Amino acid sequence: MVFFSYLFSGISLGSVYAIIALGYTMVYGIAKMLNFAHGDVIMVGGYICYCSMSYLGLPALLSVLLSMLVCTVLGVVIEGLAYKPLRQASSLAVLITAIGVSYFLQNAAQLIWGVTPKIFMSVASFPMPESVSSLGLSSEAVVTVASCIVIMIALTLFVSKTKMGKAMRACSEDKGAAQLMGINVNQTISMTFAIGSALAAIAGVLLCSNYNTLIPTTGSMPGIKAFTAAVFGGIGSIPGAFLGGLLLGIIEAMAKAYISTQLANAIVFAVLIVVLLVKPTGLLGKAVPEKV
Amino acid sequence: MKKILALLLAMAMVFALAACGGNSAPAATQAPAAEAPAEAPADSGDAPAEAPAAGEASGTFKIGGIGPMTGDAAQYGIAAMGGAQIAVDEINALGGPVQFEFQAEDDQAVADNAVNAYNTLKDWEMQIMVGAVTTGSCVAVASEAYNDRIFSLTPSASSTDVTAGKDNMFQMCFTDPNQGKAGAEYISTNFPEAKVAVIYRNDDAYSVGIRDAFYAEMSDSIVYEGTFTADTQTDFSVQVKAAQDAGADVVYLPIYYQPATVILTQAKSIGYAPTFVGVDGMDGILDQEGFDASLAEGVLVMSPFSASSTDDLTVSFVSKFQEAHGQLPNQFAADGYDCVYAIYNAIQAAGVTADMSNEEICDALIAVFTSDDFSYSGLTGEGMTWSTAGEVTKLPMAFVITDGVYVKP
Repeated sequence: MVFFSYLFSGISLGSVYAIIALGYTMVYGIAKMLNFAHGDVIMVGGYICYCSMSYLGLPALLSVLLSMLVCTVLGVVIEGLAYKPLRQASSLAVLITAIGVSYFLQNAAQLIWGVTPKIFMSVASFPMPESVSSLGLSSEAVVTVASCIVIMIALTLFVSKTKMGKAMRACSEDKGAAQLMGINVNQTISMTFAIGSALAAIAGVLLCSNYNTLIPTTGSMPGIKAFTAAVFGGIGSIPGAFLGGLLLGIIEAMAKAYISTQLANAIVFAVLIVVLLVKPTGLLGKAVPEKV
Repeated sequence: MKKILALLLAMAMVFALAACGGNSAPAATQAPAAEAPAEAPADSGDAPAEAPAAGEASGTFKIGGIGPMTGDAAQYGIAAMGGAQIAVDEINALGGPVQFEFQAEDDQAVADNAVNAYNTLKDWEMQIMVGAVTTGSCVAVASEAYNDRIFSLTPSASSTDVTAGKDNMFQMCFTDPNQGKAGAEYISTNFPEAKVAVIYRNDDAYSVGIRDAFYAEMSDSIVYEGTFTADTQTDFSVQVKAAQDAGADVVYLPIYYQPATVILTQAKSIGYAPTFVGVDGMDGILDQEGFDASLAEGVLVMSPFSASSTDDLTVSFVSKFQEAHGQLPNQFAADGYDCVYAIYNAIQAAGVTADMSNEEICDALIAVFTSDDFSYSGLTGEGMTWSTAGEVTKLPMAFVITDGVYVKP
């Protein structure tokens, strides 16, 4: 029984990683860049939802939608101002810009909302049957896993079935050729950021529902863990992000419970290294020959 | 994959470079070579015997403050420096012969930044330092201040590493070991048969320092110890569950209040209700916007300061702080305030003047702080005295959180 309660806490932790990793992997897969500001967009999403619930008194669902809207706009603006001018620059320049954007968002949030933590009221709280909640499975975890699966399926369908999705895949394979075929590459990448940022807003709300406190650096650590999860599952692969996040959470919880709380992180990263040694593209990553 | 590895390496390099950036502050100018002050006739009246000078203290002293105003630990620095600023304003408003100029620099609780902030302040010709607020930063600047002979009083850096081997470094807060011992004493007196679980942060000198002293006293009663790091402080469900399985009825939390909030929430969600005992870092838990005070009901906090005390000094300080910052002051703010007043009292006892060199001021203030008849009563304690090691002696106060306020048990 105790084993199951540890397993469930691993799943709820992992599902939060997974939902953040989806945004990372989506942007990487299409724009081929690591958007390190993703974690901070999550934080902004959390704050917007918090403000609209506590100050404007809007209902939870409407707050989530508002937060998604604000983050979508924010994502597109960031992409337009910070990343678009660097489309022809080296990937290193874009990466450094992303780190700069991340610090900018953190410090702007600190100016606007201050440094004292805000306590986020869960938006996904409903009574669970006694037998389930005593095992440590919270309603937030159930909602997180469910939304994660729904988002994953929706994203997969979007990318494989729609015209815009086809354009995204084309850009991901070869930007130059895609442009020659009449695809508006800039617009496609902006669209990717819009979707990624909307996902970040959902992730932010769910992250804060699970762990309650909200400070300007809330997004940065889960962001890095989720990046790890995305690499673990195979970066660029949508189901891979889900699997990677979930496994990372479960390994972390099990390591904490049965081996040592001191070594938990070391064990997580040791597993990551072993996986990457055996399968360098990650669990579900496709091996694409690198063009030089 | 190669690309990602390269990117990660590049990132590591960027961070390393960022950390070095700006380190090339010019060799600090010394405080202006002061005219050797005319040796005042020894007025053997009330000045402490060891004090070298016994003249009338006067002049405008430059006090520098270092603390995190941005980043993760910003609330501590903003509080401590805000408290110090209130004390400086009060003293200047008195219009006495001793006046202060106060400048606070941001270190983001990073040791490298703290040294840069220290150099900036030295260029500004700082004579006395209040800081640094966090332990890691304070250890770094303490050795600089020791070499430059600048008298330093930290509001809140509580590790013994801060003061070790440096005669110019003093603390306003408890040392970590003393706090751990006080916690152990409290628990063994009030819960003699209790099984105790400890959850602490093992990459933080503050948390480890308290835990080590606590463990040395309580090792027989401890049934579970869980740790976490800065990277894993968002989820404690495993540690809380394990403490419950081990049958602990007291959970000792030598940690700051944000992770403690998550622990309280997660314990409640699995229906685990032991007695939680916190340390002074727990102070501030009630000030979080939107915090459900019922979560902290019955939690024990060992803190030297409570904003809900009703004595005149606290009431006046709380209202001034609220006016300036729009929130209740925590223990860090009170420590910052006390630092400035303790320095003010010591300056008067030593009779130093602002045109002395920082070496002379430093030696005179050290003599006063360590003398037997210097004691200071302020917001965070009555009759505080300092040992030659720089540690403060004051009584810890235990508060029980009842209906969202601190109540003395």
